[in-house]
Amino acid sequence: MRAPFPQAPPDMTQKTILNDSHRALGAKMVDFGGWDMPISYGSQIEEHHAVRRDAGMFDVSHMTVVDLHGARTREFLRRLLANSVDKLKVQGKALYSCMLDERGGVIDDLIVYYLADDFFRVVVNAATRDKDLAWIGRQAQPFAVRVVERPELAMIAVQGPNARSKVFDLLPPETRARAEKVGKFAVVEGAGPDGMPLFIARTGYTGEDGFEIVVPEAHAVALWNRLKDAGVAPCGLGARDTLRLEAGMNLYGQDMDESVTPWESNLGWTVALDAGRDFIGREALERQKADGGHRVMIGLVMDEKGVLRHGQRVATPAGDGEILSGSFSPTLGKSIAFARVPAAAAAPIEVDIRGRLVPVRAVKYPFVRDGAACEGV
Amino acid sequence: MQEIPGDLKFMKSHEWARVEDAGTVTCGISDHAQGLLGDLVYVELPSVGDTVKAGNACAVVESVKAASDVYAPVSGEIVAVNDALPDKPETINEDAYGDGWLFVIRPDNLAEEIEELLDPDAYAELIESEDD
Repeated sequence: MRAPFPQAPPDMTQKTILNDSHRALGAKMVDFGGWDMPISYGSQIEEHHAVRRDAGMFDVSHMTVVDLHGARTREFLRRLLANSVDKLKVQGKALYSCMLDERGGVIDDLIVYYLADDFFRVVVNAATRDKDLAWIGRQAQPFAVRVVERPELAMIAVQGPNARSKVFDLLPPETRARAEKVGKFAVVEGAGPDGMPLFIARTGYTGEDGFEIVVPEAHAVALWNRLKDAGVAPCGLGARDTLRLEAGMNLYGQDMDESVTPWESNLGWTVALDAGRDFIGREALERQKADGGHRVMIGLVMDEKGVLRHGQRVATPAGDGEILSGSFSPTLGKSIAFARVPAAAAAPIEVDIRGRLVPVRAVKYPFVRDGAACEGV
Repeated sequence: MQEIPGDLKFMKSHEWARVEDAGTVTCGISDHAQGLLGDLVYVELPSVGDTVKAGNACAVVESVKAASDVYAPVSGEIVAVNDALPDKPETINEDAYGDGWLFVIRPDNLAEEIEELLDPDAYAELIESEDD
């Protein structure tokens, strides 16, 4: 067999502040977008189940936190993002959006937090950091918005049905009271254990409830250890990938990039065509919508044994497509995938696995929500 | 990490081979290999009666993360496959050198081809150097 995951030379990769913690836990480390990250600590499937059934945590400090300051920040975000920042009416609310180029291609997907009228925070992907910062910096200039990357901030995602309560138990009363009240897709800031400053966002990438916690690097190891002592299972990026796929969430670079629009990436729900808002890429999106006939992204389930993988050919009566994200689903015990196919692809759909055409079913996704299989999956 | 049994021979690509008293060769993937792959979820085995050639792919193992070809350590005819694996591929994670065997070959040219394989010490050295 071929060794599947060659490690990048150590001097080529960046390390998060938790790198030593991962290694001390015996994590298997891999190169992930230029970062030396844990793919699993033991069994990836057990880590997956820990998040579905109890609570798990992920080091996501490789993600890029960018703060935007200036009186015209909201106006700038109206222009920069395909989703409407005006949906953020209350301080502390968050929004998922694509950032498009003029052709409607997806530069990245991100979460934006409304912290003050002259202060928003965005969290973008790690692998897209350089181009994102360049793009945001360029677009920000006419609005006199100051773009400040925050590499000194670490981030730990705590996810699962028991994740919130395990975090609450670590918080002093004042922060705890506010954190218990924070709604989904919103954030509170406050003091954590030993007074460490925390940014506690009720967001995630697993389909489970929980928090993504931004913490200064100086306190990240202490927070990680507190969570571990509270029974939160360390989980690698392998489990994070199967969890987000089950939850029906796109992965940038695999499910979408600059070569496709949100319409072709099942992200139409994140595009706000609100009247009079001239966001970058809007014209191209409206044109493609009017023209119709563009490719679509669908969810697939394979009832036969085997694993759907990125790049496999998908044969449909309307023509060929391809598997985007594909994996084994630990919750369902079979393989699931996203595929991009010609518009209006109807059954029968088959996937070419090493030259054999295997039947698959197109399903509505998410495949899994709150620990259980969704209807029809 | 499981200790490497002394009666095994290895390919550099992490397959193991054990010459049985009957002269057949039982094959699998090494404990190191299952560790690299992670949780196994699918196994595609050859059919009994297939002819295989040393160094050619004749089975597939898939973990959650990746699919990997398994190469035949020696040439010959497949005389048995581990039918329990397709329903319990995790057996390879649990016991790569025992219950996790993949297939048995009746070899054509054992005396010559077995010389091409690594003994346990040489294999242990190989995986140690890979870890660096």
